[in-house]
Amino acid sequence: MNTTALEKMKAAFPDATCSTVLDAVVVDVQATALESTLSRLKNDPSFNCGLLLDVTGIDYLEYPDPPKARFSVVYTLRNWQDNLLVQVRCAVADPQDGVTTASHLWGSANWGEREVYDQYGINFKGHPDLRRILNHWQFSGHPLRKDYPIDKGQICYETDSLEKEIKARLFENGIDESTMRDINTEIMFLNIGPSHPATHGAIRILTALDGETILANVNEIGYLHRGFEKTAESYTYNQVVPLTDRLNYCSSVINNIAYVKAVEAWLGVKITERAQFMRVVLTEFYRVLDHLVCIAANLVDMGGLTNYWYLFNEKEAAYDFISRLTGSRLTTSFTRIGGMYRDFYEGWEVDLKAQLLSIEKGIGDALKLVETNRIIHDRTQGVCILPAETALSYGFTGPNLRASGVPFDLRKDAPYYNYEAFDFEVPVGSTGDIYDRFMIRFAEMTQSIRIIRQAMQHIPEGPINVGDSQVCLPPKQQVYSKIEGLANHFKLIFEGVKAPRGEWYDSFEAANGELGFHFVSDGSGRPYKVKVRPPCFYVMGGFHKMVEGYMIADAVINLGCINIIGGELDR
Amino acid sequence: MALGFEAHLGNTVITTKLDAIINWGRENSLWPFIFGTACCAIEFMSAAASQHDISRFGAEVVRFSPRQADLLLVCGTISYKQAPILKRIYEQMPLPKWVVAMGACASSGGMYDNYCTVQGIDTIIPVDVYISGCPPRPEAILDALMKIQKQIEGETILQDRHKDFKGILD
Repeated sequence: MNTTALEKMKAAFPDATCSTVLDAVVVDVQATALESTLSRLKNDPSFNCGLLLDVTGIDYLEYPDPPKARFSVVYTLRNWQDNLLVQVRCAVADPQDGVTTASHLWGSANWGEREVYDQYGINFKGHPDLRRILNHWQFSGHPLRKDYPIDKGQICYETDSLEKEIKARLFENGIDESTMRDINTEIMFLNIGPSHPATHGAIRILTALDGETILANVNEIGYLHRGFEKTAESYTYNQVVPLTDRLNYCSSVINNIAYVKAVEAWLGVKITERAQFMRVVLTEFYRVLDHLVCIAANLVDMGGLTNYWYLFNEKEAAYDFISRLTGSRLTTSFTRIGGMYRDFYEGWEVDLKAQLLSIEKGIGDALKLVETNRIIHDRTQGVCILPAETALSYGFTGPNLRASGVPFDLRKDAPYYNYEAFDFEVPVGSTGDIYDRFMIRFAEMTQSIRIIRQAMQHIPEGPINVGDSQVCLPPKQQVYSKIEGLANHFKLIFEGVKAPRGEWYDSFEAANGELGFHFVSDGSGRPYKVKVRPPCFYVMGGFHKMVEGYMIADAVINLGCINIIGGELDR
Repeated sequence: MALGFEAHLGNTVITTKLDAIINWGRENSLWPFIFGTACCAIEFMSAAASQHDISRFGAEVVRFSPRQADLLLVCGTISYKQAPILKRIYEQMPLPKWVVAMGACASSGGMYDNYCTVQGIDTIIPVDVYISGCPPRPEAILDALMKIQKQIEGETILQDRHKDFKGILD
């Protein structure tokens, strides 16, 4: 498929350099042509890249034989209908001068570019609101630049007021000075969070209210920014796995798998059949757990505490299975590049089967309370509607996008690990309201359980790690008795798995949507750069589009149903 | 300064018995404020859920208002951006108050030794009990709760705690 896409790109952009890397077509353009290229990729029906997945910068300061320009920016786009992945890369001659913004083309560029500005100090001309997003406003310097020392913390003494931003948003929504002075619409500014039970973590919501109706909304994130990307640069590839656990701590194994899959894709390592099946079983199991927590917490927001016990107790019970398997409850670090940490234990099928049954019972019990519940219906149906185009523009993926009626799921559209062989459906919503986002998760859990049962039936015997000594640690017996084993072990531990020089992007259908990793490797055992494409970062970027015009109480349950996980949002 | 009734007592003989009864009341009705930012907060949810059931310790009244809480449970990473908020919440809590740093991040910055993570919340507010683990199991939270109860047992209402604490934000 990609050879034809490459030909098409070459013909369409004769001035650019086009190449294919893994599944993506990479287009290198000049800064002057960046805006026109992006605009054509979006608007030309033969490319139709409706999803801007991610924007990131790269600092080549310490790269061996670096390119002429120190910085470059990369836009990752996707045409979801035809499974076409395009990366547009542009060298930035002068970060002060920067490049032209793409925020008028996709809503998701707004936050994506802000992050690049924050972390790399690259300017985006014409951006409506270019300010810091992950670091605090009193921060100076740009932490992901290679010359920024990793441990140089900067104390924040006061939080940002956001006054200018909310006023700008009011203005954009057509609320002028005279309305603001009118006695009947006396605007009240209400701040929720970052420490509030309704925010499900550290997120700040600032709203301008007329009565209880939200006229304008701005959000501030970054309260849980833990420097994942900078820290990962000083670790070996395998050492990054524990960091990925803490991205989305409700579904840590999915993050582990997505990460190692991205590294393996570049190394060209094909993991064993058994490991593939293990990963499918665990991914789907964690998808269920992730949705369980999301729905349980969301129902608490609506006042349904009983449901919380029905759903959360099943998650709690699942920890027994997980601890038996991985040794820990939440942060599992269960994968390794080239396979898994260890095989399933004896009798896991029995445990898992029982687990699935009780989860199904929990779901059934909760559904009985929810399905025909008038309160739930009134509070969720037709509330916080998000049309498909807006969802796509803001880079939504996963259940939130499917709720708006876009049937995009990487497991179906770009299958990996034999997903094409499993019999399952992708639930799709019709109106894109809270109810859809909510019920889709119920439906997805049922589908995931279906996949697990099929995978359990067909899981083959065999090794779980590849035999390549450059990728996987040798068995302990060889380490203790043979010099080659010992040397391989030491080399892999000290230097890490060596990835060939280059840049690549690989993605995975996580519980929240497309979880992508953009890597830059300098040929050593440590990533030169890792950029995570977190699904909920972009969902949060479109939050105001969902809640403006609705009530403040709707915003609270809407935040619950889009399943924002702080670790993934802020990294 | 001691608050309320006990402030008028001075250094009199009755206070040891008064200490005993007030401490007994305080230790068995802790009202935790969950400053949950990350993974540790999920484990706190487990501690509150049926299996571990934090209400056995009289500490089930989870309040998200600092005005109604006397135990600050910091569950998760505190970044420099978050630090002023944590400090403000601590200050808004009435006396007497206790603080638990739950997990590696809150105790020491954990695996995030970098530009954005506070290297332990004790650089901002005084901490009474640290819980190790990343994240700790729910049992560890209950253990910390018992440690706080033990500590309260030995305290006296005449003395203010942590009067001279100075953090990086002070």
